[in-house]
Amino acid sequence: MENALVVPAIVAVTLLTVGIGFYGLRLARTTSDFLVASRAVSPTWNAAAIGGEYLSAASFLGVAGLILKYGVDVLWYPVGFAAGYLALLLFVAAPLRRSGAFTLPDFCELRLGSRRLRILATAFVIFIGWLYLVPQLQGAGLTLATVTGSAYPVGAVLVAVVVTANVALGGMRAITFVQAFQYWLKLTALAVPAIFLALQWQADARPAVTPPDGPTFRTTTSVVVEHPATLTFPDGEVRGVRPGETVVFEAGDPVPEVAGVTIDAADWLLPSTAGADDRGLFATYSLILATFLGTMGLPHVLVRFYTNPDGAAARRTTLVVLALVGVFYLLPTIYGVLGRIYTPQLLVTGQTDAVVVLLPEAALGSGTTGRLLAALVAAGAFAAFLSTSSGLLTSVAGVISTDVLGRGSVRGFRLATVIAGVVPAILALNVSGLDVSQVVGLAFAVAASSFCPLLVLGIWWRGLTDLGAAAGVLVGGGAAIGAVLVTVLGPPLSGWPATLVAQPAAWTVPLAFAVTVLVSAASRRRVPADVGATMLRLHAPDTLRL
Amino acid sequence: MSATDDRAPASGVEERAGVPDPVHRPVPQPRTRIVLAEVSRREDRHERTRAELAEQTRVGEALVRGLVRAQLALALRLSLVVVIGLGGLPWLFAIAPSVGRVTVLGVKLPWLLLGVASFPFLIGVGWAYVRLAERNEQEFTDLVQRPER
Repeated sequence: MENALVVPAIVAVTLLTVGIGFYGLRLARTTSDFLVASRAVSPTWNAAAIGGEYLSAASFLGVAGLILKYGVDVLWYPVGFAAGYLALLLFVAAPLRRSGAFTLPDFCELRLGSRRLRILATAFVIFIGWLYLVPQLQGAGLTLATVTGSAYPVGAVLVAVVVTANVALGGMRAITFVQAFQYWLKLTALAVPAIFLALQWQADARPAVTPPDGPTFRTTTSVVVEHPATLTFPDGEVRGVRPGETVVFEAGDPVPEVAGVTIDAADWLLPSTAGADDRGLFATYSLILATFLGTMGLPHVLVRFYTNPDGAAARRTTLVVLALVGVFYLLPTIYGVLGRIYTPQLLVTGQTDAVVVLLPEAALGSGTTGRLLAALVAAGAFAAFLSTSSGLLTSVAGVISTDVLGRGSVRGFRLATVIAGVVPAILALNVSGLDVSQVVGLAFAVAASSFCPLLVLGIWWRGLTDLGAAAGVLVGGGAAIGAVLVTVLGPPLSGWPATLVAQPAAWTVPLAFAVTVLVSAASRRRVPADVGATMLRLHAPDTLRL
Repeated sequence: MSATDDRAPASGVEERAGVPDPVHRPVPQPRTRIVLAEVSRREDRHERTRAELAEQTRVGEALVRGLVRAQLALALRLSLVVVIGLGGLPWLFAIAPSVGRVTVLGVKLPWLLLGVASFPFLIGVGWAYVRLAERNEQEFTDLVQRPER
């Protein structure tokens, strides 16, 4: 794709990000400024910043791509990503803010007074942070490769360098402004082209999303084969293709089926659980559990709550975030659905993550409007990589600087930022076969199986002990990490083992809760003596100022 | 990173009352004295209930347990609403596939429910929670700051 506007748009977003970062740098003086923005951030700014930080490559690109590929079943991803904030609001937001904990390890030490639990939590924060950072950098590399034809490492390294420098120099105060700006940029970058796309669809006499004969190519399209594959055409013809071969489809040709992609209209339109498929139902519930309960365990989400002035403000901020995120998630569905009509070749190539970036020009043509909108979408995609990576990097660097390096200085934070940024950059360059949305889903599963029980039981149950919490994190989180490693490195599985490993949350989350409660009950004598005072601090209304 | 104690002093007036300025004349204006007296009387009563909570007396402990229970019950009730309202959908589509084929305004019902309706539903539940949780806290505050017990 040759679009002269894309590169300037990406450069503009990057420069704006750095520019706002430096504006913040002039204001950031003390360590407190760096870490918690001195708690001077207003709720509206904070909510936009949380939204901007949360809407990652998986939300901006991945959700639309998954909808294009799999249909209605994957709508649970956006619903779950939004519902995660409701779970956070109901069970965690206000008490966590009142606890005064800045990071999850802080919370462990405040609530249970255990140094060893703190170290364990630190290890999990770093693992989840890096697990989430790698696909962001990869997404950047793939997007830049798609829209400009550059090599894959360029985008990954570009985002890693910009984000690391920005966080190291400006700290969180800077990125609060950056993140808030990027929420609105991302919303605009999806909403404005969506309006044009809907109008274009009207002007094209509303072509059917699921024509009775299956999707067809609207224009002559050529696909260059990179991996050996078998194409199955609707008339029953089966054709094997080899790498290097170019397959040309004429306008009106039916889209062939490539193994693993849902082409059939009925399958795409209807929930897969409509059959008697227990595994589909299990995977759906597993995904719901991971996304609903995983959000509260993501390190970059929790850090933000400390920038609220008190518990009530934390609650109100969370509600605003829920609304902002909910509005955003109305949009990817439009791209996924229209992608069935305008970019069916992605179903053949499997690069469905590119649908958001490619759709404007595919639907509107490469006139000025199409190119401008394509540039806007590319800029929004870059905003997504930059903002989520910034948030993750800040929280991982914060944990490394206080818990691993043991220094609270600005210099220590900068050193930690470089360490936290270099590792995922190296990983992203060496592991290129991972699927963006799936890895993000696994990060949610690990967070839901490790930190969700720790937070929920720690806030609401007096009987939690350090042993119980450690056992729950080790068993539940360990099982989820095992599933991640098997998915990424292990042999391909089929049947129930594949489902249990690919969507582990439905068994690892209950397991983590059960182990935490049982071990806590067995070690009842280790309940901290000051649990009453801690409970008072977590739950007493802010107006009492206890 | 230690969690620093961020509680502000209850009021600037109170602080000034406790530390008399040695440089300036310690002769207070009549009006100032009335203000200080009122503040100190209110603080007295406030102080007693606060101490009762902070020192974990049986009354204070019971009060806090009641608040925690009320807030947890509220959160669980509202999550039950979500579990039934959203969590029931995959199960519904599984046992009654015909529901998934219903078309509203040219769009299949599952797409409308998940892609559009679920977000206002979640926001509505969140809004209800914030209101009700703040009401619980207000009731607790009223209970603790009741003038005579």
